[in-house]
Amino acid sequence: MSKTSRTLVTMPTTAKKGEILEIRIIVQHDMESGFRHTETGQRVPRDIIRDFLCTYNGVEVFRVELHPAMGANPLIIFTTVATESGTLEFKWSGDNGYTSSTSSKLTVT
Amino acid sequence: MIKVLVICAIGMVISGVAVSRAASPSAERQSSYALMSADTKAMQDDPLLNPATFAVLDGQALWQESVGKKNRSCATCHGDATTSMKGVAASFPKFNSAKGSLVNLEGQINDCRVKHQEAEPLAYESKPLLSLSAFVGTQSKGMPITVERNAANATSLDAGQHLFNQRMGQLNLSCAQCHAERAGQKLAGNPIPQAHPTAYPIYRLEWQAVGSLQRRLRNCLTGVRAEPYALGSKELLDLELFLAWRARGMALETPGVRP
Repeated sequence: MSKTSRTLVTMPTTAKKGEILEIRIIVQHDMESGFRHTETGQRVPRDIIRDFLCTYNGVEVFRVELHPAMGANPLIIFTTVATESGTLEFKWSGDNGYTSSTSSKLTVT
Repeated sequence: MIKVLVICAIGMVISGVAVSRAASPSAERQSSYALMSADTKAMQDDPLLNPATFAVLDGQALWQESVGKKNRSCATCHGDATTSMKGVAASFPKFNSAKGSLVNLEGQINDCRVKHQEAEPLAYESKPLLSLSAFVGTQSKGMPITVERNAANATSLDAGQHLFNQRMGQLNLSCAQCHAERAGQKLAGNPIPQAHPTAYPIYRLEWQAVGSLQRRLRNCLTGVRAEPYALGSKELLDLELFLAWRARGMALETPGVRP
């Protein structure tokens, strides 16, 4: 059973060739660590995002492996170099069939 | 950045600048926003970084969802929330004369659900209720809190003020002792805010989630080792009313981020 959630991306839409782009990306996810217990002593099972991948025109430029210590609604801020116009794709995948994706277009002059 | 604030009826000027370290109660009111680090402020200010934005977006979707035996959505009666809900959150809690009791925003949302949508009320602190109150709340962002004393709410307001000044719990502390007398001083390394409910519901980093003012009040009561009043209880509503009145004229920041 696949589930998904909202994402928010902040990055410029235009850049000069060779310019460094800062990309900020936040995804809605409770990131249940698997170490919490209910009031009756039942362990709340782990349910986290495991991977984040950013591809730039199909080429991987940034990857994150997330672990239970990551807090809820993970915010990832990273940079890449503007090389050519195209699309940056962002993909998340995690426990219990979780997937999310979004993309952002970039014009490089 | 704190928005333009209104000079309220009793002539207090709101300062958003420095933390008051005076031993005597500060004459200037200040949102707890001013006590946060630059990073946390930046997280609140940018909707694309603020994790509570997700709650607002969820609330926006729920606003359009038809529910209940009447199969109505909030939008069916209230239309576009950006116009119909402007200033609404800033006016709560208020006395509902038909019910004969005080109602906060969450209570009003549930009253609408039960009465006009004929749907089950949403549980306090549930994601749907928090999302709706965040969505409605943010329509009043930047607007002053308009809760004033009137004949209908006077008894509740007095009760709330009494609770604020009442020593409670094993630690035998009142709200006033920390938040009025010692606001600006430190407790366990953290600056004590004046406790104005200007940003609720908030995304609290400690909770890793969005929560209501009542959740926060229950945390404080647990903190002084008192039995926390139940969610939706008369005591918490009276306190909410008093706190909103005490913060009247201050601008709403909903949805806020807090440490």
